[in-house]
Amino acid sequence: MKILFSLLALLSFSAQAAIIKADGSSTVFPITEAVAEEFQAFKKGQVQVTVGISGTGGGFKKFCRGETDIQDASRPITKSEMETCKGANVKYYELPVAYDAIAIVVNPKNSWLTSVSVDDLKKMWEPSAQGKVTKWNQINAKWPSEEFKLYGAGADSGTFDYFTEAVTGKSKASRGDYTASEDDNTLVLGVANDKNALGFLPLSYYEENKSKLKLISVVGGPKSPKKSAGVLPSKKTVEDGSYYPLSRPIFIYVNAESYKKPEVKEMVEFYMKNAITLVEQVNYIALPSSAYETNLKHLEKNKVGTVFKGEAEVGLTIKEILKKEQSL
Amino acid sequence: MDQLSKEQIKKLIRSHKLKDNIFEILGLILLLCSLLVLLALIIDLSTDGAARISKSFLTNFPSRFPDKAGILSAWVGSTLVMFVTAASAIPIGIAAGVYLEEYAKKNLFTAIIEINITNLAGVPSIIFGLMALGIFVYKFNFGPSILTAGLTLGLLILPIIITATREAIRTIPSAIREAAMAVGATKWQTVKHHVLPYSTGGILTGIVISLSRAIGETAPVITIGALTFIAFLPNAPISTEAPFIHFDWIFSPFTVMPIQMFNWVSRPQQEFHVNAAAAGMILLLMTLSMNAIAIYLRIYFRKKIKW
Repeated sequence: MKILFSLLALLSFSAQAAIIKADGSSTVFPITEAVAEEFQAFKKGQVQVTVGISGTGGGFKKFCRGETDIQDASRPITKSEMETCKGANVKYYELPVAYDAIAIVVNPKNSWLTSVSVDDLKKMWEPSAQGKVTKWNQINAKWPSEEFKLYGAGADSGTFDYFTEAVTGKSKASRGDYTASEDDNTLVLGVANDKNALGFLPLSYYEENKSKLKLISVVGGPKSPKKSAGVLPSKKTVEDGSYYPLSRPIFIYVNAESYKKPEVKEMVEFYMKNAITLVEQVNYIALPSSAYETNLKHLEKNKVGTVFKGEAEVGLTIKEILKKEQSL
Repeated sequence: MDQLSKEQIKKLIRSHKLKDNIFEILGLILLLCSLLVLLALIIDLSTDGAARISKSFLTNFPSRFPDKAGILSAWVGSTLVMFVTAASAIPIGIAAGVYLEEYAKKNLFTAIIEINITNLAGVPSIIFGLMALGIFVYKFNFGPSILTAGLTLGLLILPIIITATREAIRTIPSAIREAAMAVGATKWQTVKHHVLPYSTGGILTGIVISLSRAIGETAPVITIGALTFIAFLPNAPISTEAPFIHFDWIFSPFTVMPIQMFNWVSRPQQEFHVNAAAAGMILLLMTLSMNAIAIYLRIYFRKKIKW
């Protein structure tokens, strides 16, 4: 009985605290989790924050019904999501919070590949390649005549949306005969155990598994700042925009109605002021401090809406994002 | 019919005994195989996670730092959800089982009910989650709360409890019922004083095994919108001030052990995978101790039966 009571004492919570609800992308989750953790510690339990993972798309459904205060998004809001939000009269602030890069990786035993162009990636991944393009030498005659195996994020993931947009030119347009997994660790294992594997992953998964994978540089082509030179993803190449086109901004969207509540306002401001430190701690690439200042200004001046007009643009540099955001 | 010689009979017995022995050995091997799988699972989890289990692991909230992260909100969430599940499924399940076995007439109507209960036991758990999302979360407006999760898992295990209750009741010889009737007991008195007490062991086993299943369920709980990061606990159900018992915790947001594990497994950092293994050990421990209780209860109640 004593144990029972001490357990109950453990469960007891003094005052009714305000709850802030965040949900959405698993890519943005570690950042919002870090902010939530720090903010709750900062407020000493006065405010409670919950963070869910419903994916960017699933999260927007809840967000546009007004069920959540903050939406984690690994891509900008789409046209149909804008319509849904509008229909429910949900207005929102769009705040870029960090940069994420998609890494192209192969097995360490792969000796023929150190660099790959976006065109080559397109030949491998485009829908029409399904069942037809199966061997390395079909892409490049110098490569072996062995079958390659592709690994990548599944269709529910924002990473998949972005990769297909950047490589095949159309969001979600991809061949279907590849190993798809929503769990990036599965992809790491797949590529690490298969000599003929090629996969795409968020950069942080490569960084935790450097010994098991080989990172490939990406040749961005004429639109890229480095033209035909291969570029490896890193903090520097993402920041200066030379890792083209596989780096992307990630966002939070804040419900404008929720933002009127003092606790939400305080948390979002806390988010922007501490983002640089926290983003780096969870292995993402922080935006320059001017970006967070722009965000704060938008909040202050009540500038709701999106600058993307429902279209995900590929390979935006941090400068371009900043310029775009200022146009609001 | 030809007379078999003594030799032939002996031969026949020998060959049958051999078959008997072969089956026994086969059975033993199969049993060991399933035990080995469990053992491998436990060893694998404990080599990865045992070192991570500590008091702070049980009393810390999740964190972005793997060494500070704990499972407090997850195990409290799991425990509270199980409480609601048990409170909703057990009374309904036992009552339904007793009705079907003792009261219901054998007709088309009960046949349809029986078929549906069997079918319900085979429905994938995610379907229950989708149904709960539509009915509990939106229609009844319970939100993604402990109450919703408890009721969903309660529905999930209801068919198991009904079936276990019926099986347990069937093992009671009808002579007992007839004897009770003979001394003038009503049906309800027979059920209350004889049928239920004698089948308690079997029913409890069924209940605990079904709860052990429910505690590991992930899909329906994710579907109704359980959270991943939650660093506070629901309000306490009991307090020192009037009215002493509170129910606002059932509407609280929550997370459960399998979701916390799933989140950690999908992180890039190896240290989080270790956390997941440690959480897995705790979850396994919870399940095994529930099974141990089931075994104890079965023995305890079997001893009490004096026919």
